Amino acid sequence: MRYHVANSLSEAVEMLAAEAGTAKVLAGGTDLLVQMKSGALVPDLLVDIKALEGMRDIVPEGGGYRIGAAVSGAQMGEHAGLRALWPGVVEAAGLIGSTQVQGRATIVGNLCNGSPAADSVPALIAAGAIARVVGPDGTREMRVADIPAGPGRTTLEKADIVDSVFLPARPARAGDAYLRFIPRTEMDIAVASAAVNLTLDAEGAVESALVVLGAVAPTAIMAYDAGTALVGSRLEPSALEQCAAACSAACNPIDDKRGTAAFRRQVVGVMAKRAARIAFERAGESL
Amino acid sequence: MKKIHVSLTVNGDAVDYLCEPQETLLDALRDHLNLTGAKEGCGTGDCGACSVTVDGRLISSCLMLAAEAGGVAVETVEGMANGAELHPLQRHILDGAALQCGVCTPGILVAAKALLAQNPDPSETEIRYWLAGNLCRCTGYDKIIRAVQSAAAEMRGEA
Repeated sequence: MRYHVANSLSEAVEMLAAEAGTAKVLAGGTDLLVQMKSGALVPDLLVDIKALEGMRDIVPEGGGYRIGAAVSGAQMGEHAGLRALWPGVVEAAGLIGSTQVQGRATIVGNLCNGSPAADSVPALIAAGAIARVVGPDGTREMRVADIPAGPGRTTLEKADIVDSVFLPARPARAGDAYLRFIPRTEMDIAVASAAVNLTLDAEGAVESALVVLGAVAPTAIMAYDAGTALVGSRLEPSALEQCAAACSAACNPIDDKRGTAAFRRQVVGVMAKRAARIAFERAGESL
Repeated sequence: MKKIHVSLTVNGDAVDYLCEPQETLLDALRDHLNLTGAKEGCGTGDCGACSVTVDGRLISSCLMLAAEAGGVAVETVEGMANGAELHPLQRHILDGAALQCGVCTPGILVAAKALLAQNPDPSETEIRYWLAGNLCRCTGYDKIIRAVQSAAAEMRGEA
């Protein structure tokens, strides 16, 4: 294996494209090194991009924030402006691993690793986050929602590098939240999870709602009907029950050692209801 | 395979080593710099026994390549005592018998020091969450948490 510190993004893309064997981008490395040690991944080339300009920065842009590919979860949690604008995204990123893992793990890595249980991905999709992708044909923007393709798979090509994720501006009366079920309090992988992003109208009713589910399908999935169920409501019990039922209907979970499909189908709705309440309160309304 | 030359500081000292591309920072600390305080418990970032700080940030040294460490400042458990004088965390862990086999202890010391650097007065809950990635199979954690609390109180000048 060769290890190369990239001098520019275009050089990194060229090296990835030119590598005949397995080439990987290294930023935080908290998934990559584990896969290398287990033998699941035997790269011929690692291209380290984290020394490049902007990779470790959270930069205000158009009322939102651009988060570089090497920004750690810990760094996001310490950023007061980001926490205030997208608290659900920050709390989702903050759930990835231990304090030690938080010191290195990145949301771009979480996305590119392709786990259906990735904590930050549902929150990013619910937020309408846009990934900036640099590839052999130049730079393009992709919705984060369009990147996961299945367990361990993405729609990115071999020489594509996600250099940042953009979180847009949002109206004043808006809030987001992310919750996951794990059988303990820390240090685990989601059995089922839900991200909710709400915008309220002047009267305090839900104007728009996005509900995205994690760990209950081959990728994070948008539960459109679950969002629709909340629109026009003030999260009355009937609206929340409809939302939960729509989550259960939208998901396509598996049985595994973490939980049964039936359990996941039920609990994902509970997560969505609770996350919706938190998002509602963050948007400035009390329940 | 060509080895990679890396220069960095460890516990304030300028050091360098030659490493293979697949070696971790933990390998380099233990095998090239003979600093065996950080331990390999799991090698997959789950147990915290290899905790060190890099540029002040707590990380698992098993999840960072040795080649990535050029120019960084690493702090390990070996840098905690001031000569023969133990760091308050070390003293309270010893006095409180907050260890048995000791494999987790260097990582817990480094992690707890990083916590107190940013939060001198953490609640018990904050300490438990912060140290959730430092597994101890001997003590049941209570003595560790109490040692961190009493060291923190001493460092705040309250004890």
